[in-house]
Amino acid sequence: MIRRLVCIGGLVAGMSALGLSAGSRSTTAKTQQTVPANMEVKIDNFSFGPTTLTVPVGTTVTWTNRDDIPHTVVSTEGAFKSKVLDTDEKFAFTFNKPGSYSYFCSIHPKMTGKVVVQ
Amino acid sequence: MGENKKDELLHDHNHDGVDRRGFLKCMAWAGTGALCVMQGGVLKSYSMSQMSQMGGKAAAGELSFVQISDSHMGFNKAANPDVVGTLKAAVDKINGLSLPPEFILHTGDISHLSKPEEFDTVDQILKSATAKDVFFVPGEHDMLNDDGKQYFDRYGKGAKGAGWYSFEKKGVHFIGLVNVLNLKAGGLGSLGPEQLEWMKNDVKHLKHSTPIVVFAHIPLWSVYPEWGWGTEDSGQALAVLKKFGSVSVLNGHIHQTMQKVEGNVTFHTAASTAFPQPQPGKADSPGPMKVPAEQLKSLLGITDVNYVRGQHALAIVDSTLG
Repeated sequence: MIRRLVCIGGLVAGMSALGLSAGSRSTTAKTQQTVPANMEVKIDNFSFGPTTLTVPVGTTVTWTNRDDIPHTVVSTEGAFKSKVLDTDEKFAFTFNKPGSYSYFCSIHPKMTGKVVVQ
Repeated sequence: MGENKKDELLHDHNHDGVDRRGFLKCMAWAGTGALCVMQGGVLKSYSMSQMSQMGGKAAAGELSFVQISDSHMGFNKAANPDVVGTLKAAVDKINGLSLPPEFILHTGDISHLSKPEEFDTVDQILKSATAKDVFFVPGEHDMLNDDGKQYFDRYGKGAKGAGWYSFEKKGVHFIGLVNVLNLKAGGLGSLGPEQLEWMKNDVKHLKHSTPIVVFAHIPLWSVYPEWGWGTEDSGQALAVLKKFGSVSVLNGHIHQTMQKVEGNVTFHTAASTAFPQPQPGKADSPGPMKVPAEQLKSLLGITDVNYVRGQHALAIVDSTLG
């Protein structure tokens, strides 16, 4: 029941994001996108993509390291912390509370990202 | 030596401290072999071709040591599938030096993933070096997952705080610093107040004429902050060393040789023994640089350092593995 509600909520939000994109050709749609399914962040070339990811509560985000160098995914506020991810290794975290979660790679701290949970 | 003037570079520290043309020329030599000698506050650089004509006098000091860096044991990607082989080649190069070094400095990223077997392999390979003492500082790859516990257990005996320490060799004061711990989001390498305070006390009793060698993993000068190639509080460390006439800073991390002279300080980064990284800003990211196999050894190397007492000189020579 709860899962279905989340799906519907996500669908509506997804449609509105599409509408915004079509109407204004705004680039903000890229970071405002809200999708119900589990989400992925790719680590490529020492950066997190997308840098900012907006998701509904309950979403599981999976990070995949596609670099030749190990990276980590560490919440600035201590909400989550991956082990070291070597090439092609993954880390997943489920966001059950709304909020803005900044994170970085503790090995290469110039690499930063954010998950916004709505 | 008069006929060699055209290859000789002088950096006059009484002016702005950096002779840009001279600096660039010195950089151009880095990797193919350059000798930089500091004499009475004036840095002189010679090309390798001149060194042979100098009869080895300037190169033959009373203290000789070698710096190696970034062996990344455990790395097995396309940029170098044989980091064991290239570290062995570096040791062969060290063992073949005409002036045998008394010890080796390893400026971090000994391992790639902080695995015990990676450290074991490096220790095993370094045993075949004629220089028996090896002094380490950690790189970020040596402190993964356990905040450095394993590194401290292996290499931290006698070290202070998070692994920093100092020692004397033939009148030269060596300071090993740790700038890879407690890194903040968006930030650079970090020494932290506790280490800076220790350093201040460590050098307090030293004469101003004591040559200082500082070694740490991440550069203590701003090489390219956009890629994290710098240390946020390095300025405070250098301020502590301001009173000394001769300060040499040896770093790794950026997998390429680079040199800069600023006032009384000569900064130098060593090549990796594992894989090269791109020049600052010359690629999308600082990740491993893939080059044709036959070129790889020309981009890896060791750094040979000599101190000549009385001449107040530290000579730094980079040589490639192939």
